[in-house]
Amino acid sequence: MTTIQTGAPTPDPRRVRQLARRSSAARRGGRPAGRRTWWRALLATPSGLYGVVAVVVLVAAAGVSLVYTPYDPGAANPYDQWFGPSLTHLMGTDNVGRDIFSVLLAGSRTTVQVAVGSALIAAVVGVALAALGSLTARWVREGIAVLIDILIAFPTILVALMLASVFGGSLGVVIVAVGVSFGVNIARVSRGEIRRIARSEYVLAATASGLGRGRVLTRHLLPNIAPVFIVQLSWSMALAVLAEAGLSYLGYGAPASTPSWGRLLAELQPYIGVHPLAVLWPGLVITLTVLGFNLLGDGLRDATDPRVRQGGNR
Amino acid sequence: MSRDEAVPGRDARNPDDGLTGDDAAARDGRGSTPRAAAHGDETNTPTRTPLLSARGLSRRFVSPRENLFQPGRVTDALKPVDLDVYEGDTLAVIGESGSGKSTLVRLLLALDAPSSGTVTFDGRAVEPGPAAKLRWLRRETGIIFQDPYASLDPRMSVGRIVAEPLTGLGIHSEGDHRRRVVEVLEAVGLDAEAASRYPHEFSGGQRQRIALARAIVHGPRLLVGDEPLSALDVTVRARILDLLAELRASLGLTLVIVSHDIGVIQHLSNRVAVMTEGEIVEQGPTTRVLGRPEHPYTRRLLSAVPTLDA
Repeated sequence: MTTIQTGAPTPDPRRVRQLARRSSAARRGGRPAGRRTWWRALLATPSGLYGVVAVVVLVAAAGVSLVYTPYDPGAANPYDQWFGPSLTHLMGTDNVGRDIFSVLLAGSRTTVQVAVGSALIAAVVGVALAALGSLTARWVREGIAVLIDILIAFPTILVALMLASVFGGSLGVVIVAVGVSFGVNIARVSRGEIRRIARSEYVLAATASGLGRGRVLTRHLLPNIAPVFIVQLSWSMALAVLAEAGLSYLGYGAPASTPSWGRLLAELQPYIGVHPLAVLWPGLVITLTVLGFNLLGDGLRDATDPRVRQGGNR
Repeated sequence: MSRDEAVPGRDARNPDDGLTGDDAAARDGRGSTPRAAAHGDETNTPTRTPLLSARGLSRRFVSPRENLFQPGRVTDALKPVDLDVYEGDTLAVIGESGSGKSTLVRLLLALDAPSSGTVTFDGRAVEPGPAAKLRWLRRETGIIFQDPYASLDPRMSVGRIVAEPLTGLGIHSEGDHRRRVVEVLEAVGLDAEAASRYPHEFSGGQRQRIALARAIVHGPRLLVGDEPLSALDVTVRARILDLLAELRASLGLTLVIVSHDIGVIQHLSNRVAVMTEGEIVEQGPTTRVLGRPEHPYTRRLLSAVPTLDA
């Protein structure tokens, strides 16, 4: 029992008792011991593990950059241009002599802000539209469906460019554009799924059990569309990172004073033929981060599904 | 709140259970309420109020228009029907697929709004509306559905599923839920340990037992089954059928069972309503309807189904 408890982030007494019961049942040989908590199942898959590690490293980098970077990420140093990787400059220096590692470390803050901010907006917009689209009167539902179809027609980057040209380029614009676009997308993708679940017999049984619409939503609908939401949200985080990089590359994203991976990539890109290694670093961290968010989403989707979690095929 | 307060009228009924759980009385069709009749109960008169009663109940579905100039197609799933179910009865509703059986059942429990007509439960009008206004009805009724794979939320543990009516109806404190869930799980023949497992770990028959546990956990007087046996294979069906009969006797349940299995009906019910094309064409005591069917459709139905010897 103690071995199973250790490592649990929150030792909720009910959970502990459940685990105790499970492990004792497993010892009796009553059932396969394939039962695990969702976070254990997440860490048990290679892709889930990579996703968790990537996101933890990203967040840790952002946290560390608040208090420490090896060099000032904003300070140009004309005498230190184009150093190769060395112990003093881990990833070398760029065209104006900044330490690339320090810029990337500081830029991870921007990435975290954009990813988390846009995912939050996407979640709020997505849940709100999905709830309205499934629980309200028919004419409201149809209206929302039409609205979603119209909003879907605008590419995210275009929305961001439109907002940026009105309000000026800023992180806020990127966050709102990606958040709203993905919120709408989530609502559209989950619409059919919500309708299917809303008509299912277990929802009917819940109604027959005296549950009102609100509680049916929180107890049955939202948990059952969670897989769709999780995948879409992780995707929106990944795309937010790309959109920020892309918009900063185009000059509509973070202002010049904000360190950003996309901006660094844009600044180094003209020199790709001369100093390919310098350009590699921002591209690499963007790729690894996007991959991390995507894999984390896939892992979470599987790990929170009791049917997959206990499959024991890994 | 104590259990007895939560389920009014329960104590009054319980003394009957031990004495009149005789299914034979139910099957030989003496009167509509064999249990009450066996007691010589005064309520066995035509004027007593039924537990559940429907008058002129109908449901029309209008499909959304496909074309701007034509109205949507109209389907009368249920033409106006009258139906009475007395306390202690087991009413079987039979008929082919699409005959409106499920629609009828859903209307009786206010899971759908009728196009016309009224439903009365224990003398009180049932009006579809917000969950809070129907709580009194939910407390007295339970339902099992046909497909035990679709009627249990795959993401909820069995304990939470079975406790759902307690949660929904605000019965008991949290601590008592677990005890009651274990009690009901054992009553339907499952281990207490099942509560911490998930639906996908159980077979169809076990799942239907879970659904049954959920339907009776709050101590209803009326249990409605929407073809609760038809998705199960034959041996499992027989066991669930026995369980139903057993629970009916021990809990004093009134049953309304939708089925198209004549064997099930003979085994379980004392009254039958025959439905086709959204109408009840014949209803009466099981022995009479199955033995001397009056309506041509009933005769067709009976000749089409291989019957067991009664």
